[in-house]
Amino acid sequence: MKKLSARRRHPLAALVVLFIALATTGVLFTAFAPADRAVADETAQTLTIEEGKKLYSVGCASCHGTGGQGTTDGPSLVGVGAAAVDFQVGTGRMPAQQPGAQVPDKPTIYSQAEIDQLAAYISSLGAGPEVPTENEYNPEGADIAEGGELFRTNCAQCHNFTGKGGALSEGKYAPSLEGVDPKHIYEAMQTGPQNMPSFPDTTLSEENKKDIIAYLEAVNGDDTVEPGGLSLGGLGPVSEGLFGWVFGLGALIAVAVWVAARTAKAKKS
Amino acid sequence: MSSQEIPEENLPAEQSAGLDQQEHGAVKVADEKNPFADPGLPPHEHRIQDIDERAARRSERTVALLFTVSMLSTIAFIAAYLAIPVDKAIYVFPIGHISALNFALGCTLGLALFSIGAGAVHWARTLMSDEEIADERHAIEAPPEVKAKVLADFKQGAKESALGRRKLIRNTMFGALALFPLSGVMLLGGLGPAPGTKLRHTTWAKGKKLVNMNTNEPLRPSDVAVGSLTFAMPEGLDEHDHDFQKNIAKDALMIVRIQPDDIKDPRELEWSHEGIVAFSKICTHVGCPISLYEQQTHHVLCPCHQSTFDLADGARVIFGPAGHALPQLRITVGEDGYLEAVSDFEEPVGPAFWERG
Amino acid sequence: MSTATNTATDSRSREKAPAGERVADWADGRLGIYSLAKSNMRKIFPDHWSFMLGEICLYSFIIIILTGVYLTLFFHPSMNEVEYHGPYVPLQGQLMSEAFNSTMHISFEVRGGLLIRQIHHWAALIFLAGMFVHMMRVFFTGAFRKPREVNWLFGFLLFVLGMFTGFTGYSLPDDLLSGTGVRFMEGALLSVPIVGTYLSFFLFGGEFPGGDFVARFYSAHVLLLPGIMLGLVVAHLILVFYHKHTQFAGPGKTNNNVVGMPLLPVYTAKAGGFFFLVFGVISVISAIASINPIWSMGPYRPDQVSTGAQPDWYMGFSEGLIRVMPGWEIDFWGHTLVLGVFIPLMVFPLVLVAIAVYPFIESWVTGDKREHHILDRPRNVPTRTGFGVAWITWYMVLLIGGGNDLWATHFHLSINAITWFVRIAFFVGPVVAFIVTKRICLGLQRRDHDKILHGRETGIIKRLPHGEFIEVHEPLSQEQLHTLTAHEQYVPAEIGAAVDENGVARKVTRREKVRAKLSKGYYGGDSQIVKPTVEEYKEITSGHGHH
Repeated sequence: MKKLSARRRHPLAALVVLFIALATTGVLFTAFAPADRAVADETAQTLTIEEGKKLYSVGCASCHGTGGQGTTDGPSLVGVGAAAVDFQVGTGRMPAQQPGAQVPDKPTIYSQAEIDQLAAYISSLGAGPEVPTENEYNPEGADIAEGGELFRTNCAQCHNFTGKGGALSEGKYAPSLEGVDPKHIYEAMQTGPQNMPSFPDTTLSEENKKDIIAYLEAVNGDDTVEPGGLSLGGLGPVSEGLFGWVFGLGALIAVAVWVAARTAKAKKS
Repeated sequence: MSSQEIPEENLPAEQSAGLDQQEHGAVKVADEKNPFADPGLPPHEHRIQDIDERAARRSERTVALLFTVSMLSTIAFIAAYLAIPVDKAIYVFPIGHISALNFALGCTLGLALFSIGAGAVHWARTLMSDEEIADERHAIEAPPEVKAKVLADFKQGAKESALGRRKLIRNTMFGALALFPLSGVMLLGGLGPAPGTKLRHTTWAKGKKLVNMNTNEPLRPSDVAVGSLTFAMPEGLDEHDHDFQKNIAKDALMIVRIQPDDIKDPRELEWSHEGIVAFSKICTHVGCPISLYEQQTHHVLCPCHQSTFDLADGARVIFGPAGHALPQLRITVGEDGYLEAVSDFEEPVGPAFWERG
Repeated sequence: MSTATNTATDSRSREKAPAGERVADWADGRLGIYSLAKSNMRKIFPDHWSFMLGEICLYSFIIIILTGVYLTLFFHPSMNEVEYHGPYVPLQGQLMSEAFNSTMHISFEVRGGLLIRQIHHWAALIFLAGMFVHMMRVFFTGAFRKPREVNWLFGFLLFVLGMFTGFTGYSLPDDLLSGTGVRFMEGALLSVPIVGTYLSFFLFGGEFPGGDFVARFYSAHVLLLPGIMLGLVVAHLILVFYHKHTQFAGPGKTNNNVVGMPLLPVYTAKAGGFFFLVFGVISVISAIASINPIWSMGPYRPDQVSTGAQPDWYMGFSEGLIRVMPGWEIDFWGHTLVLGVFIPLMVFPLVLVAIAVYPFIESWVTGDKREHHILDRPRNVPTRTGFGVAWITWYMVLLIGGGNDLWATHFHLSINAITWFVRIAFFVGPVVAFIVTKRICLGLQRRDHDKILHGRETGIIKRLPHGEFIEVHEPLSQEQLHTLTAHEQYVPAEIGAAVDENGVARKVTRREKVRAKLSKGYYGGDSQIVKPTVEEYKEITSGHGHH
């Protein structure tokens, strides 16, 4: 309750209340109206889109244009599909703090329900990839080793062997994939957010994507075993060299100082 | 470089020459006239262990303790080696999930060795004599009479060999000695075949289909969307083939689709199929597989040395150490609707070389 | 015992001698060990932590050999493709070379194999880092001067050979990271004018990657290079014994003696103990920190790559050279001159040779033919110290260039900006470092100068009867005075008279002029503070009596 009362002044609170009210109305309406079921579904869909549109005009329209047609500050959203919205808003990348080539992820400010409404609205502007179902991205039973090979062919060049991220040109970068929701990884491959190219099902099949997610979970998950010890960021020889200099040679020099130092003399009376 | 070039007086003579000439021990007398004179070795001072037997016993016990720790660690090492399964993982804070065996063996071995070293050094530092000793140095150079004797011996030997007099022997011997290593050089010829024109050709040829590396299926134009990135190899290549590594090192292809209006280079557009362009994946700098494609700018970056190419403009170099554009493979659509090569690459793929022209 | 009267009883006393002595006698009769031990058993080694840096290198080298031999028992230097069926799930069923497969076997199935692999690799990084620091110690203290120039070269060769032994070893597992490095090597060889393609085909036995390079690198890594290195290490050590160790100036320490502890027992225990300490530290590091986890990188495929593709640190400066070089390529009568790769390839040895030849340049400038066993304090030779720091700056700038992608991601910078920074700093950095270092050295010399003449600042403020506040200066002890004035100061060489004693005009060569100029730069008024003379000291100290 405390949480709720704290959030009631949130700028979106009004919208949430409105949504709840509308949803209740909708539910009541469907409950009481003896209308055709299909019509009711359609109405619910329309309602969601309507809600999405409202959210859109508050949070997104300033950059992407009132109808999603895009402006100089943001690309057109016609045809990007629900998956793109779910990824961009779900990882907190959108709404962006400032337009630019690289928009970093940050805490999400929309609830999943709101994201779904936004996604429904954007989908209504033009068909695009749908948000994947859990069935599609759940890596259970996928081939981890195959995923590894696919990852090294398609992903490692930007995201590093085990998904630790890497640099692109002019200050852009490929982010680390550590702790990223499998759904979002799937959507990123599907839609190609920002400067990342997309890997549609025609070139990287659904099965392939599952394998890649399974591989990432195996080598970059919470329970991943690093047999040798500290992975030093998983960045390869640069961090290893730094560690060798600072802790290896550093420790040995400290020991050398002890070996070569003169022993304390007895105090003269 | 002869010493005459520098007048003697320019060498810093005073202090060191003075020391050179002084007898050892003579310098030790503090000099009334020279406050900077060497006062000689300071008198030896005793450590606690030298005067207090109890302190010495404490040191002895510490050293013995260290050696005992080492013995116990070695026993622990053996126990760990025998007891811990090779695939067992444990969680060690703050390192994370690691191999239990590696951690246990490394720590016990490290402790066993470190304790031996620490014991020995502590022993040396506290119980062995710490009196500093001065040892005389002797000139490295031989005294003149030794030098004279050696030179005389050499002259005698050289004369007896008659090498200087019998020029024919000398010249032919030098000739023989100079020539025989050539046999060794010749033998190195077996290290590899001559390059020939191998670097100029790849497996690509007219009509070869572009096969998706991920699915192993030939690609259709509709498979390649704008903003996507696809890697392809020529049909008929198989991972299990003996030559696969050698071939893929030159054949690897990177396929993107760019809106035809955005393609600035007319030849690139002509060699594409409706904006689908196929470039060599091998960097023209030193051959890294280049593929960091930024789909908004159509720039592609090499992860090894950061050469950047503009795929919308004939893949010309826009930054970094690469010397020329990525070669483009001319593609078209075959009768069965699949993408295929029109010919091999028109220029060698990969790093430049002397005969490239 | 050895007098004539005792010879008769010699045989009888030998029977009674303890077993150890009898063994020694046996050995002496065949190897002459007593004469050898006479001058070496109580050999004196001075105590200073920086004199132990070379030992770090020696011991890590021994550790590398010991662990390396163990690894050869399991490693298969073959590039035959096999399918992986070991315990590491994310690679199961993948095609890989036997070299990679056997390295996986060592890491996951051989008990303790992973530890030995990690000790081997960590020790290699520390070996190279130790050599670098050891070399800098020798450089900045002037320990390379006569009679030790040859040993400096031996040490330098060890450093260079160590780099290549490291590189070949790093390439052996045939993983994706090292394979990328080997491919770089192919590209670098191809850039060599005229013979480049032949060099590459001969190294790889045909087209890259071929099936030969692992086996070829293996024989270089385990036999050829370490064999040469072992010989050089032995020669290096023999010369250290023969020359006796250098020492810092101090009371009782002259150019004609060496002051310290005897080899038996103190240094046997200290140096012997230090071996175990080094081995122990490296073992613990190998227990807690992973190095070169090839299972994460996967087997080599020429069409795959990962970002952050870097060599081990000691090759990092060459990586920097190659990354920041502009892509120059010249068409040369139908031939391609790949300057973008070839120039860095040529600058690479130049960076190393620049430091290697320095002792010879300095000895030419000074014209000093005497032996030097007393070390310089870096501040007392500002020009040399300046050169050294400039060289380190050069090296470090290139290291930054070699890791520009990680700098970019970790400090939120643009790769392009870092590359440009390195391009400029490559030329400007060393110059700035030289000037700044020289200034700092001169400042420190001035401080020493003041300390000698006016004593140490005690921090005690005294008020004089007439109200003036002064800080009490405590005069230095004679030990300190001696230590601070023990260094030599050169006078710049001058071009001799244009006419000799007989009045005949002498030709002043260009070499002489260059040398006079260099000498002035080294030892002129701008490059050293003339140390106080006895007269100056006496004049001031007698004046001090008034306070």
